[in-house]
Amino acid sequence: MAPVVHFRAAVALAGRFPALAGVDLSLDQGEVVVVVGANGAGKTSLLRACAGLLPVTSGEATVLGVDLTTDHTSVRRYVGLLGHAAPLYDELSAAENVQFAVRALGLPVAGANEALERLGLTGRLRTTPAGRLSAGQRRRVALAALVARRPALWLLDEPHAGLDATSRALLGQLIAEAIVDGASVLLSSHEPELSVPLADRVVSMGGGRVTGEEPGGRRVTLTAVPTAGPAATARAAGATHVA
Amino acid sequence: MWHDAVLVAGKDLRIEARARVALWQVVPFAVLVLVLLAFAIGPDQASLRHAAPGIFWVALLFSTVLAIQRSVAVESGEGTRDGLRLSGIDPAGIFLGKAAAVGLQLLVLQLVLWAGITFLFDVRVHVVWLAVTASLLATVGLACAGVLYGALSAGLRVRDTLLPLLVLPVLAPVLLAGSKAWEAALNGNAASGGQWLKILIPFAVIYLVVGVVLYGPLQEAA
Repeated sequence: MAPVVHFRAAVALAGRFPALAGVDLSLDQGEVVVVVGANGAGKTSLLRACAGLLPVTSGEATVLGVDLTTDHTSVRRYVGLLGHAAPLYDELSAAENVQFAVRALGLPVAGANEALERLGLTGRLRTTPAGRLSAGQRRRVALAALVARRPALWLLDEPHAGLDATSRALLGQLIAEAIVDGASVLLSSHEPELSVPLADRVVSMGGGRVTGEEPGGRRVTLTAVPTAGPAATARAAGATHVA
Repeated sequence: MWHDAVLVAGKDLRIEARARVALWQVVPFAVLVLVLLAFAIGPDQASLRHAAPGIFWVALLFSTVLAIQRSVAVESGEGTRDGLRLSGIDPAGIFLGKAAAVGLQLLVLQLVLWAGITFLFDVRVHVVWLAVTASLLATVGLACAGVLYGALSAGLRVRDTLLPLLVLPVLAPVLLAGSKAWEAALNGNAASGGQWLKILIPFAVIYLVVGVVLYGPLQEAA
C-alpha cells in the first residue's frame, strides 16, 4: 500500500526562505508520527505543506496519492489541519462554525452535532459566539470541526496547547479512534510527555530537515478492522484522484 | 459551485447580521456622504436636483469600498483564511457567494440612498425600470469587481489603504454609466438612459466571468 505521506528531498519556500530544506518523511495508513524540534525547525511548515497550504517547489511530495509538486490544492478537502489559529468565525456560534465546515464538504449536519457532543460542546457553549469563547474552548470547537469532517489525514500542530487535562485525554482518545477508522496522524509537539505516548514514531526536525527518528510509545492496541480508509473517505466525498 | 456559493453567501450574511457593521457603519457613512456633498453644492434646489444622480453614485461607490473591506476582513485572520482554503469549497463558489453577499448589502444601501435623495433633493424617478435595471447591473459589477480586488489585496498588510486606490479607478465606468442612466431616469428620458446600460452590462459580465476564473489563483497568491 502506498504511504499516506511520502516526502523525498522536499523543498518548500516561504517567500525566499526555505521553510523545508529537503525533507525526507514517510507516513503509512493508520500510523501516528510525532514531529519534534525547536522553534523554527520546520514542524509547522511540514504540516502546512502536507495540507497543501505551502507549495512544494522541488523534490518528491505525495499526500494521499496527490502529487503536491504539480497540484497542491486538491488534497485539501481530505486533510484536517488543527493549526495555531482556530479557523473560526467569531460572530458564528460553535455549532454554526462546525456545521459550516461539514456542509462545505457536502456531509450531513448530523456529523457536526455528534462531534460537538463528543467534544463536550453542549448547552450554552454550543450556541455561544466563537468570539466569546476561551482559547481552550475555541480549540475544542476547531477540533470538533476536524472530527466532523472525518479527514483521512489529521495534521495537528501543537494540539495540546490551551487544552485542560480532560480535553487532552479526550484528544488522545480521538486520535486512537481516528486510527481505528483508518486515518493517519502527523502531529507536532513541544510536549513530548503528552505526544510521544500516542506515537508510533517520533521524528526530529531542525533547519527545515528531518534530523532523526526513533520509535514512539503508542500504547493503543488496534484490534478493530479499519472501516473508512483514506480511499474510502475520498470516494465518499466524491474524489477521483486520491489513491 | 452553486451549493458552495449559497453556503458562503449565507455565512457572510449571517456574520454581517450579527456584527451589524453594514447597519451601523456603512449605511450611516453613505448617508453622511450624501449630506456632505449636498452641503458642498449649496442650498440652490435646481443645482441639487441636477447633481442628485452623481451624488447618489459617489456615495454608493465610497460605501462599496467599505462593504468590500468588511467582506475581506471576515477572512483576514490566519485561521479563517486557511480554514476557507482547506474547506473544500470551490474558489468560484467562494467568489460568487461573497459577491452575492456584498451585492445584497449594496441593494439595500441603494434603497436607503434612493430614499435619501428623494427626501433631501426632492427628486422623483420617472423611468423606474431604467433606474432599477441600472442599479441591478451596477450592483453585479460593483460586487464582482470589488470582491476580486479584495482578494488581490487580502494578504497585504496595507490592504485597507491600498484597496480604495486599486478599486475606485476600476469602478469609474460604473460611476459614469450609473449616474447618466439615473439622470435620464430622473428626467424621464428612457432612450438616452438606455444607452448607458451598454456600459454596465459588459462591465458586470466581464467581472463576473473574470472573478469565477481568477478568484482561486488570487486567493492562493494572497
